[in-house]
Amino acid sequence: MNEIIGKPIDRVDGKLKVSGGATYSAEYFPKNMVYGVLVLSTIPRGRIRNIDTSQAERVKGVVGIMTYKNSMSLHFPQGTDPGSGKYAEKDLLPLQNNRIYYDGQVIAAVMAETFEKAEYAAKLVKVDYETESAIFDLKANISKSYKPSSGGSQLQLKRGDADAAWQNAEVKMEQTYTTPVYHHNAMEPHASVAEWNGDQLMVYDATQAVAGVKSLLASMLGLPPEKVKVVSLYIGGGFGSKGFTWPNPIVTAMAAKMVNCPVKLVLSRQQMFTTAGRRSETIQKIALASNSSGKLTVIKHDTISESSFVDEFVETAGLATSMLYSCPNVEISHSLVRLNKVTPCPTRAPGEAPGTYAIEAAMDELAYQLKMDPIQLRLLNYAEMDEQKQKQFSSKNLKECYQRGADAIGWSQRNPQPRSMRKGNYLVGYGMATATYLANRIASAAKATLYADGHAEILSATQDIGTGTYTIMTQIAAEAFGLPVDRVTVKLGDSDYPRGANSGGSQVTASVGPPIRAAALAVIGKLISLAVSDTASPLHGRKEEDIIADNGRMYLKNHTDRGESYTEVLNRKGLQKLEAQAKTNVSTREPQGSNAVATGGADAAAEEESKTNPAVQEDQNVDRKLYSFHSFGAQFVKVLVDPDLGTVKVDKAVAVMDIGKVLNLKTAKSQIMGGMIFAIGMALLEGTAYDPNNGRVVTRDLAQYLVPVNADMPQFDIQFIDQPDPYISPIGAKGIGEIGITGMTAAIVNAIYHATGKRVRELPVTLDKLI
Amino acid sequence: MEPFKLIHPNDQHAAIASSGAANVKFIAGGTNLIDLMKLDIEKPAQLVDINSLKLQTIEALPNGSVRIGALVKNSDLAYHPVIVKNYPVLSEALLSGASPQLRNMATVGGNLLQRTRCPYFYDTSFPCNKRVPGSGCSAINGYNRNNAVLGTSTQCIATHPSDMCVAMAALGAIVHVEGLTGKRQIPFHEFHLLPEQTPQYETTLKHGELITAVELPPIRYSAKSHYLKVRDRHSYEFALASAAVALNVSNGRIEAARVALGGVGTKPWRSVEAEKALVGAAADEQSYRNAAEAALNGAKPFKDNAFKIELAKRTLVRALKTVGGMS
Repeated sequence: MNEIIGKPIDRVDGKLKVSGGATYSAEYFPKNMVYGVLVLSTIPRGRIRNIDTSQAERVKGVVGIMTYKNSMSLHFPQGTDPGSGKYAEKDLLPLQNNRIYYDGQVIAAVMAETFEKAEYAAKLVKVDYETESAIFDLKANISKSYKPSSGGSQLQLKRGDADAAWQNAEVKMEQTYTTPVYHHNAMEPHASVAEWNGDQLMVYDATQAVAGVKSLLASMLGLPPEKVKVVSLYIGGGFGSKGFTWPNPIVTAMAAKMVNCPVKLVLSRQQMFTTAGRRSETIQKIALASNSSGKLTVIKHDTISESSFVDEFVETAGLATSMLYSCPNVEISHSLVRLNKVTPCPTRAPGEAPGTYAIEAAMDELAYQLKMDPIQLRLLNYAEMDEQKQKQFSSKNLKECYQRGADAIGWSQRNPQPRSMRKGNYLVGYGMATATYLANRIASAAKATLYADGHAEILSATQDIGTGTYTIMTQIAAEAFGLPVDRVTVKLGDSDYPRGANSGGSQVTASVGPPIRAAALAVIGKLISLAVSDTASPLHGRKEEDIIADNGRMYLKNHTDRGESYTEVLNRKGLQKLEAQAKTNVSTREPQGSNAVATGGADAAAEEESKTNPAVQEDQNVDRKLYSFHSFGAQFVKVLVDPDLGTVKVDKAVAVMDIGKVLNLKTAKSQIMGGMIFAIGMALLEGTAYDPNNGRVVTRDLAQYLVPVNADMPQFDIQFIDQPDPYISPIGAKGIGEIGITGMTAAIVNAIYHATGKRVRELPVTLDKLI
Repeated sequence: MEPFKLIHPNDQHAAIASSGAANVKFIAGGTNLIDLMKLDIEKPAQLVDINSLKLQTIEALPNGSVRIGALVKNSDLAYHPVIVKNYPVLSEALLSGASPQLRNMATVGGNLLQRTRCPYFYDTSFPCNKRVPGSGCSAINGYNRNNAVLGTSTQCIATHPSDMCVAMAALGAIVHVEGLTGKRQIPFHEFHLLPEQTPQYETTLKHGELITAVELPPIRYSAKSHYLKVRDRHSYEFALASAAVALNVSNGRIEAARVALGGVGTKPWRSVEAEKALVGAAADEQSYRNAAEAALNGAKPFKDNAFKIELAKRTLVRALKTVGGMS
């Protein structure tokens, strides 16, 4: 049997991408297309008293200017999947009235024959505002905090009696940790191209959810869903900013209707800082108590984050804390303060990224307070089960992560005393932290087709946001089809395909992999049935379970020379193709018996789906109700700190990740590395600055908002436990997109403490905080 | 971006002749000007492309000076053997700036005219006296972590962004210019202006004057020089503080010194005070610290940038230690 899953094959779309052949959403040029440029508000709150477009209209080449005065009416989105491409600001449909809720709100779109003309004319739109007083500073407005209505009991968790246990605790640690606003800063800006053909709407959109944007556009524009098609073949990163839907595709579709020709609209880098989401600032208060030997008796984690006046989004920083350690008395709370800023939205590891920073920095502080090795403290409080949900973990090999990570970084050689280790001009520090992220899975569907020429195709309306989804899905499909990778084409990013998962919550692999596998197995099952029932086949009359399908050929398990190729069967039968569709909706356990692949698998047979009904309902995987699904890992960091200048260099970073089965070692390492680099940004560099007087973003480009560059990179050592999770799916792979950022920020901050003896609790740890 | 005309004169006289009209700008590498035009901060009606002028050479002159043509690319200058050997401070300063791609485009003349990266200057929605005289300074009471602590005024606290200029200030370079009325030479410390009440004026270059070259006068000890740049990330960022130093140390005594600071001043900040403090002093940490105190004497902090004063001192001390050692 030729194993393809797990191999570190190159990206199947790599050549297209590096040669410019991959078409991103801004790279479509339908006939007669014009360019749209957005005009954004420059006040944080108030009303548009007057908007004067006369000067802009006189610019030669301008074909239309859309404001709230002349735009079409939109419907509030109804019945769309809240998890998939959800409209980001439910109470602020674009260009419907003159209210301003934040600086950077869309107030007009200018369409012209060239981008330059549209851009020039957009600057000539004159807006007269009636400004009202606004608030935009979280710390200054904590008194306005409230418990969010969304999320409900999931956000306020309690077990045991934390207050009573706190009173009696032997060792106590209580600190506040803060993280600033972060921006996603994907390389590819938000981009949409919309074209109407009668009442049919076609939109190319940079999105993490083609299926979601399709239903959203239909709902908001008042169209039947079948009239809308959304395509997103290649995406240059999303990190959550393209997970919710911002006004851009909607405005583009409205504009194309208004000017009666296709419109392209791309956000500028500056606009992406105000008009396409962000991660909220957080203020996290952590209280830990333990007995004198380090056994936790209390964990409290209270998070205050920002919301807006037009929607509600909670940065769920405390959720992971509820299951991370064994502790009888736990209290988790989340509060919000509404501010006049764009609504926050998911950002890589929403909740967990800032949350694991706070809890893992706090655990480090407690360890030093106890004069205990930070790893030892974590082992002593190891959670054998999810104590909040009272469920076993579907799989957890975290102890091995700690051990291997400690070995790789050289933890035992560290002198635990802070500010005790030096190398030349530098102080040396070691830090570690636990990483964790949800192992999500949602309903998804895929269609598999085997063609008579021996190549196969997979269709699913999920998308590859740059992570390698095309590649790993090709590997899954190739192994299930029994074909080499180069004979399988995976097509994603088209809302006409069977509905796949949105690319969020690290869920695509676990959600879309199983139906792809099942559909391909079902096709091969059909093929084997055709062969055994065909008197002309050398396999005629054989039992299906005795037949292996591999490398384009079916043969007897015990007589490998006895068999025939896929193409021979199809050609003899006069079939152009054989197809099947599957969706994620059955128990994940591998069917009994030794030859699941050749039989097609019990799950595959059960999942074969009517081609006329690609809609997918709730994921009915019963195991999801029985177990708590999380990925785990351990992050270790060695830093060098210049004690005079305060500069920090992450010298080495080790991650050992327990994310189930690794599908492709190369893309998996890249995913984890990308997350770790995000965390270097969080720990040391990133943070959006707002003007204290008018709430406008000041750091509006990549020169002012610092993300890590090559020179900031440490030596990386990324390892995997690579044990399949037995309950998430027959493939055993959990998602991997987000866990890399978790824990790592704390590991860096903890290492800086070990190096310098200075505990910085306000991110980022810039040099001014260390000199 | 405002519509503009672009012309390509092929000799210096034609270029200068065409630049006399109002609202005309020379363009060479364009690494700063084009950005500013896209953001509607610069709105020239006409650009004069000077890339075909013969200003691309680096020559060692008989008097020991080095004459650098205004169109020499930053990367060519940084890697020129004479600069690497005799003026390491300049080579290091150039290589600490921007990215290889930008250095391959950016010219010496353009670098002298780089404009501040103050975020309020960059966003036309904010008042900015440098961009719109009299509109007010948003940085003084705004987000000012990256702004200046030396040479500020009530009208402007924008930092001069160049690394190259800091090294040239320390080296006492001479800027050669030519205009309709003839040629002249401008000592480096007279080239850039303090903001005072008119931050919109940044240099003493007159309208229509073209920078033709920068001359580095001979300094016996310029091979013993160093540029240290401190910033949040390890590359591709402007300085929070930087120091360009050259020292002549003999028997543990400092005989001559050149000191300039970057990232903290409203112009490339030559510190004659620090140089005075160093000359005649022992080459030791105390002298370096004294020089640093002298250099930052009179520095004025704002809400977010007070740390720059101590950071600049430590940066200067480290740079001096690196060149002068510790006797």
